[in-house]
Amino acid sequence: MTVAEKKELMATACKVRMGVIEGTHAAKAGHPGGSLSAADLFTYLYFKELNVDPKNPKWADRDRFVLSKGHTAPGLYATLAQRGFFPVEDLLTLRHIGSHLQGHPNMNMTPGVDMSTGSLGQGVSAAAGMALAAKYQGKDCRVYTLLGDGEIQEGQVWEAFMFAHHYKLDNLCVVIDNNGLQIDGRVADVMSPYPIPEKLKAFGFAVTEIDGHDFDQIEAAFAKAKETKGVPFAIVMKTTKGKGVSYMEDQAGWHGKAPNDEEYEIAMNELRAQLAEVEAM
Amino acid sequence: MADVKKIATRESYGNALKELAAQHDDLIVFDADLAGATKTGIFKKAYPDRHFNCGIAEGNMMAAAAGVAAMGMVPFASTFAMFAAGRAFEQIRNSIGYPHLNVKIGATHGGISVGEDGASHQCCEDFALMRSIPGMVVMSPADDVEARAMVKAAYEHVGPVYIRFGRAAVPVFHEEEGYSFQIGKGEVLQGGDDVAIIANGLMVNEAIEAGKALKECGISARVINMATIKPLDEELVLKAARECGKVITCEEHSVIGGLGEAVCALLSEKCPTPVRRIGVNDEFGHSGPAAALLKQFGLSAEHIVEVAKDFCNV
Repeated sequence: MTVAEKKELMATACKVRMGVIEGTHAAKAGHPGGSLSAADLFTYLYFKELNVDPKNPKWADRDRFVLSKGHTAPGLYATLAQRGFFPVEDLLTLRHIGSHLQGHPNMNMTPGVDMSTGSLGQGVSAAAGMALAAKYQGKDCRVYTLLGDGEIQEGQVWEAFMFAHHYKLDNLCVVIDNNGLQIDGRVADVMSPYPIPEKLKAFGFAVTEIDGHDFDQIEAAFAKAKETKGVPFAIVMKTTKGKGVSYMEDQAGWHGKAPNDEEYEIAMNELRAQLAEVEAM
Repeated sequence: MADVKKIATRESYGNALKELAAQHDDLIVFDADLAGATKTGIFKKAYPDRHFNCGIAEGNMMAAAAGVAAMGMVPFASTFAMFAAGRAFEQIRNSIGYPHLNVKIGATHGGISVGEDGASHQCCEDFALMRSIPGMVVMSPADDVEARAMVKAAYEHVGPVYIRFGRAAVPVFHEEEGYSFQIGKGEVLQGGDDVAIIANGLMVNEAIEAGKALKECGISARVINMATIKPLDEELVLKAARECGKVITCEEHSVIGGLGEAVCALLSEKCPTPVRRIGVNDEFGHSGPAAALLKQFGLSAEHIVEVAKDFCNV
């Protein structure tokens, strides 16, 4: 990618992060931590990777994205809004009665959402089912899914991994957001899922490990995913939970808590400064 | 009865899938290592490329089926009732029910007629569990003709469907000729106005036999096959209640949460009527031959007759 393209992605990611803060602040609830750790990934997916059309969100041959870690809907919504699936102003209705932006993604309400998720461990199965169906239908589209590192404690995730390998779903790309934290603390302390890449390899995946905040590495990983044939592909990305907002970074307490008015101002000022810095590059 | 043909409705399921697949390319079948028992093996033999074994992993199977449906296809996901409605309840609720995806759940081996395997495999709670999911159609066929028509109706219906099939062979009482099935419509098999017997699944045949026996005792029983538990044919139930004044429900299911409670809920709100529920009385089953278990748990024509006589003070 060119320097200009990268700059553009970095700026967009800043705006996505602002959308996360605005949405959860307006909702007085929601999950900013994991939304921010995945903000760069969301941005790359919707602005570079996915073959989708915001004007025709149900286009049959589009690539699919399933947010298996559905609680980070604020990050997905902010990205979809930036990409033009619906107005950015809608983000302020997050979790409100009558809003199409439910606490967890609803495929029948929000344009651009490909699967209803929220109960951990199920989205990855749905994504595997989509990939199987795409192969059966002879479609070229690809299916992407994002899981949390805490989420992979769910046994169903490994059922889905077995299924993906058994049916040679090389049109499926699994991304694991390894921010190291879950509600009750460090994933390593709560119920260690480590070592993650080795486990995935043992389940038959081609695996790559990257820094989930580095667009060059994200781009290279997706390129590798597309070249991989015969087995499903997994990207284990190291990230910082709460990335971009100083007081949220690497704090489990910001998993599912909204910023108050004062915290909102601090977060938005930090993100505005980051955006200005990117734009000045 | 000796010359009556008997077929297990799980067999009907496998055959119907095979017939349907010939006309519909978008139909695929998932199974969880039970293709021989659920009879999706019949489909697999004819269409090996459209049958996907998901292994012993029912949760993944249901959510993966949801993904298949999200791509515009019509998956039939099959396993025993216990592991479909029971083990995979939450996957069905959240990944199929909530997004209202077009997944058909073919659950075989429902009820205590599973027999020798015992209580761990005798699911008497599936109607209750599946009824509680908004938008879910819940059905249980009484014989082969109805079961096959039901599978086709399920395919045509847009939205999630749960069908419970039985393990044991049951008499085929419907005539194939001129038969049609409609989701949500009950069927009056014998006219009568002293008491209405509303049954589903293998209890329908018992209700038919009971209806005949009651006639000889001077009780005119209206025998109704209520194959669709949800949406319930309210009109038919209310008419029966008004005209008969007494209702007996019969199901191979717990008396909690199934057909009996669905009928009671309707009647208590719209036409208060005395009801007796025949079913499994809040207890687990156990091992034994199906026929003996059904008799022991009161899921028999004889028991229906006893209850009806007592109910009618005869």
